[in-house]
Amino acid sequence: MSDSKKRTGLIFFPAFDWAISPTHPEREERLLYTQDQVFEEGLLDLDNIIEFKPGLATTEDINRIHICVPDAHSVITQSHLISAGGAITAAEKVMQKEVDNAFALVRPPGHHAMRIVHGARGFCNINIEAIMVEYIRHKYGHKRIAIVDTDCHHGDGSQDIFWHDPDTLFISIHQDGRTLYPGSGFSDEFGGPNALGYTINVPLPPNTSDEGFLFTLDNLILPILDEFKPDLIINSAGQDNHYSDPITNMSFSAQGYALLNDRLSPDIAVLEGGYSIESALPYVNVGIILAMAGIDYSHVTEPDYDPEATKQTPQTSRYIEQQVAAIYDLWKGRTSRRADLLLKGKEYLHRDRSIFYDTDMISEHQAETVRICDECGGLITIASEASTGNRIFAIIVPGRGCPACRKRGEDIFGSTGKGLYDYIYFQDRDRDIFLVK
Amino acid sequence: MIIGIDVGGTHTDAVLLDTLRIKKRAKVLTDQKNLIESLTAVTEKIFIGEDPGDIERVVLSTTISTNAIVQGKTDRVGMILAGGPGLPPEMLRIGKDTHFISGYVNHRGIRVAGTDSGEVADIAGIFERENIGHVGIVGKFSTRNPGLETEIGDIMGGRFRHVSFGHLMSGNLNFPRRIATTYLNAATWETYSTFVKNVMDYVGRMRITAPVYILKADGGTSGINQSVGYPVGSILSGPAASIMGILSLTHSREDAIALDIGGTTTDIAIFADGVPLLEPLGMTIGGHKTLIRGLLTRSIGVGGDSRVGYEDGRITIGPERDGPAAAFGGPSPTPTDAMILLGLTDIGDREKALKAIQEVAGYLNRSLDEAAQEVFGLTCRKIISAVREMLGEVNDKPVYTVHEILKGKKITPTIVYIVGGPAGPMAPYIEKMMDVPSCVPEHSEVANAIGAALARTTTEVTLLADTEKGEATIAEEGIQTAIPRGFGHQDAMEMCMKTLRNRALKMGASEDDLDMEIIEDQVFNMVRGMGYATGKNIRIKAQVKPGLIAGFGQEGSDVRQ
Repeated sequence: MSDSKKRTGLIFFPAFDWAISPTHPEREERLLYTQDQVFEEGLLDLDNIIEFKPGLATTEDINRIHICVPDAHSVITQSHLISAGGAITAAEKVMQKEVDNAFALVRPPGHHAMRIVHGARGFCNINIEAIMVEYIRHKYGHKRIAIVDTDCHHGDGSQDIFWHDPDTLFISIHQDGRTLYPGSGFSDEFGGPNALGYTINVPLPPNTSDEGFLFTLDNLILPILDEFKPDLIINSAGQDNHYSDPITNMSFSAQGYALLNDRLSPDIAVLEGGYSIESALPYVNVGIILAMAGIDYSHVTEPDYDPEATKQTPQTSRYIEQQVAAIYDLWKGRTSRRADLLLKGKEYLHRDRSIFYDTDMISEHQAETVRICDECGGLITIASEASTGNRIFAIIVPGRGCPACRKRGEDIFGSTGKGLYDYIYFQDRDRDIFLVK
Repeated sequence: MIIGIDVGGTHTDAVLLDTLRIKKRAKVLTDQKNLIESLTAVTEKIFIGEDPGDIERVVLSTTISTNAIVQGKTDRVGMILAGGPGLPPEMLRIGKDTHFISGYVNHRGIRVAGTDSGEVADIAGIFERENIGHVGIVGKFSTRNPGLETEIGDIMGGRFRHVSFGHLMSGNLNFPRRIATTYLNAATWETYSTFVKNVMDYVGRMRITAPVYILKADGGTSGINQSVGYPVGSILSGPAASIMGILSLTHSREDAIALDIGGTTTDIAIFADGVPLLEPLGMTIGGHKTLIRGLLTRSIGVGGDSRVGYEDGRITIGPERDGPAAAFGGPSPTPTDAMILLGLTDIGDREKALKAIQEVAGYLNRSLDEAAQEVFGLTCRKIISAVREMLGEVNDKPVYTVHEILKGKKITPTIVYIVGGPAGPMAPYIEKMMDVPSCVPEHSEVANAIGAALARTTTEVTLLADTEKGEATIAEEGIQTAIPRGFGHQDAMEMCMKTLRNRALKMGASEDDLDMEIIEDQVFNMVRGMGYATGKNIRIKAQVKPGLIAGFGQEGSDVRQ
């Protein structure tokens, strides 16, 4: 491990009075034992670990990245404003250089929340990392940002939000979508036409252990980060890859999580999932905090940890090695692949999708169009219809949007009548404009 | 009648209170090498001609344990730590006689690895060979399951002068603090118990039969005999005496700031609705963060005798004190000299003060009056900025529920109480700058002794009931007991309050002073597997809050001359 201490900010918000439902995995008790362990270890007394109170995110912060239907207040609770606010506080403390890095140990989580929000999916209503990322850009100017999502579930919400954004590298490592919710995150999901290669998915087979995760980190994620040269690295720090997690099938350990954070060295970590609240979270979180703070974490192990019992098979190792090599080739070839796409001479690229909100039992159909653009992420329009009965149309000018895309967006917003739609939204991140009609 | 004695760093003060009247007061210089001597000297002064039978209670605030710790005059302590996974052992070691053993308890209070009696016996052997007579035994999460610590204690047997157990120190979670607290407790036990014995011998000779109490850092008292096992409880009781003194002289009921402006330092405390705030986890002493319950105070190096220094064309105030103010023969200009020159007080030798401030005026290239204003103003501003910073920290303290974040109760002081030498001259200025009315209570020069005399017995207990495990623990009392599956929130409340009551009475509280309140109350449904509710995790902390004994502290009950 690195031997130099860092000043680490900790934003701890366990939301002890908020749950999706009394027996839901996302319930009051979730961070109770983590709190106990963090308190008992005395981590908040250490000179280089500083606790901050989370701020409250605002509707403007949400509208900068999401299209909430019909509006932000209808799809969130106060608790979401605090967890998003906690992520923003973490970012602020890092950007203001009060600390070297920060960990938002907050709930509820966010990485399954997509750009359009009709309700909750995968226990998430709004995407707290995405809100934080756009807050950083709004306040501190343009930044190249890498999000490494180490939750066991594919970060499909974050992927959706940054799909067309070449300035945000989104890397998700997760349990293979053929075996786990949300069933996506295959390596051929590789980013939109203007951001090809800036979404990277690494599905790992069930029972992948520390060895496999760290191999992927060392041989794929870190080399790609070296080439992308982000201004900031964010870890979407889900903890459900743990061998004891009740709703997943992986074999990652507290030591593995600590090693990963030590080597990845994120500027900001934000808690996502992780539902082994007693056997895993207390140790994983202490491990991550110590690793971020540059303190010896080698004594942080689960009482029942048995490296032999959780060891991945040689077949799994071989499979991961092949995967990693293939995905690294994809990344290396991203420019030529884009050239192949554009050769087809299209001005727009269109996709139709069905999205299911498992938490709120809503189905949505989306027709998304993106303008092929060499100058920016490209103008996006989305027509969305949900089983709630809401039909909306959204026009999104991307961050660092080029004049052509902006002009086009403004024209469409001006000329589109409400017609079949309940609401029409116009979002322009650079100018921080959010209009609804 | 009540006797209150405050053994301070410089002076020892005593008051004899007859109901609400200060009947007598006395002051002697403290002899740090022989506190008993100072104590008897001051007591004799107020006790002459009194009938020992008229004394109803005696309360003592002493620096005996504080001095032992700060001066490093403590006993060697053999420490046995049962840590399990977490921070590296090197970060937990305290003193050279720290030993780690393999048994440990997890966050639920479940014993993951048992005691290896051979291992413990070997360590006991080492302690014996090394002539270590005082031992501390501390387990991680021992507040959740004291069994491991007591088992280790049993294996150690009765071979040592004293054994301190971590779980008895506090119900709060924090293993490193528990280690430090237990260590300091064992290290001061001998000194403190000898002191208590000497006090009781003296009290016996004086034929006083009234109960004798010791003031604790949390502004409450404990029966002196009952306090022997917990000497660290009495550390840093000086600021507590002063805060309780302010409370008794003002019957404060509001959000307030209390300032004790001394020669070297200014102590700041905060009242919320008239109740002094406690340190969230515990006091810090001699560089050790502990779990010792104590009033929240902040001490800054600014006082009447602070040295005025020079830096880059500007002046600085403190934190050093070179001696008394120049007006009293000290070597450097001080805020006191500035106040004399400004006519805010008429103590000391004005000529000497003038000479000292002339030096400041020369450096600043300003008039004498302007220089004095600058020194005085800067002194007040430094105090005020420390107050604001402290308030900010208290108001920004993280909370963990949506409700608390949205409610966001903030402390807004509506009055500033000021005691200490420069209180009079500074009050109008501080009042104006803070835009909050100030109050300088009468008799504030003996506030400490009065505070000690009138402080009620305080204590707290922490209950954890885990109905899945079928067990409840109250660490401070060493209680670990089976509970039925149907044990609910109401049962937990009753158990907690009953235990608190008994504990307070055992410590010497009177029935009239049991002002008990719940300070933490959480109930969690425990859900395991695919959504099965398997039990409840109930956490309750209750305290007898700091305050004055019955008959004091109400409207119209001010202590009079």
